[in-house]
Amino acid sequence: MSEPSPNNPAPAEDAESEPRPGRVRKPIGWSTIIIAVLVAVSAVLVWRRDGTAGVLDILTHDLSLFSGILPRVLAGCLLGALISEILPHEKVSRSLGPKSGLMGLLIGTAFGAILPGGPFTAYPVASALLAVGADFGATIAMVVSWTLIGYGRAVAWEIPIMGTDFTLWRILISLPLPVLAGALGRFVYVRLYPQPIAKDDES
Amino acid sequence: MSAALLIDILLWGSVLGVGLIAFRRGPTVFKASLREGAMDFINIVPRIALGVIGSGYIAAIIPQEVITGWLGPDSGWLGVASAVVAGAATPGGPVIGFSIGTVALKSGGGVPQVVAYVVAWALFAFQRVILWEIPFMPARFVWFRCAVSVPFPFVAAAIAMVIGKP
Repeated sequence: MSEPSPNNPAPAEDAESEPRPGRVRKPIGWSTIIIAVLVAVSAVLVWRRDGTAGVLDILTHDLSLFSGILPRVLAGCLLGALISEILPHEKVSRSLGPKSGLMGLLIGTAFGAILPGGPFTAYPVASALLAVGADFGATIAMVVSWTLIGYGRAVAWEIPIMGTDFTLWRILISLPLPVLAGALGRFVYVRLYPQPIAKDDES
Repeated sequence: MSAALLIDILLWGSVLGVGLIAFRRGPTVFKASLREGAMDFINIVPRIALGVIGSGYIAAIIPQEVITGWLGPDSGWLGVASAVVAGAATPGGPVIGFSIGTVALKSGGGVPQVVAYVVAWALFAFQRVILWEIPFMPARFVWFRCAVSVPFPFVAAAIAMVIGKP
């Protein structure tokens, strides 16, 4: 076992030109089917309760919501694609990969906290990070940080509805949670999906 | 609404910023990532459409009173646990989630329970997980992320009990 770090496959420059792995798109998965069924059942229940007018009311409201969200979804997809293209893979896997330690979790947390936008940005970008070499732990820290301490939702919704005091206090309480969630994720992941490399580390 | 405008400005500003960086790497990189982003968008739109257009119906059949009922003045850890379930089961967007939290606070719900509710809602609201997270992320990651997040509404409630009210 004298070979230099078998866990770091030569970070060749030309790796950038290869097609990006890990971003497979399933056309229609089971989750889509579940939602479709759920929506259909709910729509029928609404129809039985409120009639056609009730169904159309909700439809027009949600259609206008959808048209408002659409440009942001496009922005999120572009952001995710651009970020995964410009981030140097080898640097990402060093600073956010399985070996990145507490620093990786802190970087993930900071990234999630400053990321602009809503779910239409957070998830494409998190997916891009996974694809370019971040591990589950750092990505969990990022997603949890975005949802718990990100300013986007807090400024747009939580402060107006729940008040500044409660929101700031709630964010203060949430501060340690992304790092803890990421650490727990990493801890469990290594044990659930042990890799052959892990053996070398333990000996 | 000015907050929405601010978010849009930040969002498209970030797209422009990283776009500029990609463009300076060369037009091939830039074009490839634009095409990739556009393809992602085209693939994701039907699922988002189904979710956003359908979510109104799901919200309409789960009345808010049901959720608020779970968040009653029932304090202690049982209250926290039911708050966590209520957070995960809350349909609709942030307006509904935070309004329910406010109602619970005003109608005598315990502060740690409401914190647990808001944190659980942020972590697991089923509609966001199904509509946004699963379409964009590998399903294996999403389930894993949800599973390891389970303790944290309880941790937040515990911290709230220790440090007291805002």
